[in-house]
Amino acid sequence: MPSVKIPKKSTDVDMTPFVDVAFLILTFFIMATKFKPAEAAEITTPNSVSTELLPDNDAVLVSVDSAGRVFFEMLVQASPQLKYDVISNMNTTRNLGLTQEEMIKFRNKVSAVGMPIAQLKSYLALGDEEMKRVTMPGIPVNDSLGGELYFWIRDAVSVMAGKKTNYLIKGDNNTKYPVFDQVLNAFKKNDIYKFNLVTTPEGVPSGTDRDRLNKAILGEPKK
Amino acid sequence: MASLDTGGGDSGHKKGPGVKKAKKMSTRIDMTPMVDLGFLLITFFIFTTTLSSPSTMDLFMPKDTDKDEDQNKAKQSGALTILLAKDNTAYYYEGELAPDASNFKSVKFSELRQIIINKKKDVISRYVNDPKCVETKLTESKARGREKTRVEAEDECKQGDMVVVIKPNKESTYKNTVDILDEMTINNIKRFALVNISPVEQELIARTEGVPVGQ
Repeated sequence: MPSVKIPKKSTDVDMTPFVDVAFLILTFFIMATKFKPAEAAEITTPNSVSTELLPDNDAVLVSVDSAGRVFFEMLVQASPQLKYDVISNMNTTRNLGLTQEEMIKFRNKVSAVGMPIAQLKSYLALGDEEMKRVTMPGIPVNDSLGGELYFWIRDAVSVMAGKKTNYLIKGDNNTKYPVFDQVLNAFKKNDIYKFNLVTTPEGVPSGTDRDRLNKAILGEPKK
Repeated sequence: MASLDTGGGDSGHKKGPGVKKAKKMSTRIDMTPMVDLGFLLITFFIFTTTLSSPSTMDLFMPKDTDKDEDQNKAKQSGALTILLAKDNTAYYYEGELAPDASNFKSVKFSELRQIIINKKKDVISRYVNDPKCVETKLTESKARGREKTRVEAEDECKQGDMVVVIKPNKESTYKNTVDILDEMTINNIKRFALVNISPVEQELIARTEGVPVGQ
């Protein structure tokens, strides 16, 4: 019987398009990635349906981590001098005894402050690597005035005067409410009543009133 | 050719009989290592990228007043008080807290949305049609520069006196607080307040927590 010859097909597949796509994706991710600046504490924010974007300039950010440590940060990339003004204010009003170099170091190197004011000088005396390794205990907030956080906010408000400033509060999912309340209190004592809470966006659940309204607004013909 | 002359026996002769033909090298290069590296980088970037940039939620707090006459009084019929406690449990009561705490109920946190929706429906059912209200709301919002649509204004009018009072207790988490504030946006509740818990309510929660939820 004559055997039927099955043509031997090569098992090689042309991978070129596949590789092309892969590199396209790679390029996309390289471009889309924005590395997060090192944060003092790991914070997972709660979700909300809000779509407002986070302002990243002219803002004062108070973060609270899951252990209840409070950090104060000024987001002022456009004018870092403001940060210097705050620390120099602090220096005079609280007698910190910081030198000019230390205050410049504060402006350039310290992003979030999370320690009692009294510890600032010894912290600023550390080298760059050591500064990163230090675990900050958090700013004290537990008195009727809002603790030292009150003074940080007061100085920040005074140097930011005349600008449209956003006051951001970033809390962790597991932060206990009393700490958040104390942070609010520190703001309120400075006559600030409007806050932005940092959240992770999520979709509006369907069937709710907001969902219906959104649809109605979108569907409404323009006059 | 892009290959090194390894030096053979007859390297001296350029041409002649028996000269080996220069091997024709394939122009194909083995791309496998490059592709491997490519995928490694993709994986790395996928893991490190945070695509969803954080958003923010507005929160307006009232000025603290000690004077009683400055306090806003919530109408009985429209008031819903939500108390947040530990482990995703919550308590609520409608109107004023009864002296015997008969209207003080315990729920799971996830069930709160339904309670808010029901309360809103209940308030809306008592709404008497008032076209003037809608018009005022529309002109007001226009004057303030943030014009509302008619549906929004209507929903706002129908809510009338509805007000949700949120009282997180000492053991509740920030997540639950934000979630319940978000619930106000989700259900389009226009009037709500974040208030400190009173000792009486704190006491009631403590007493209820001795018993498992649902009993």
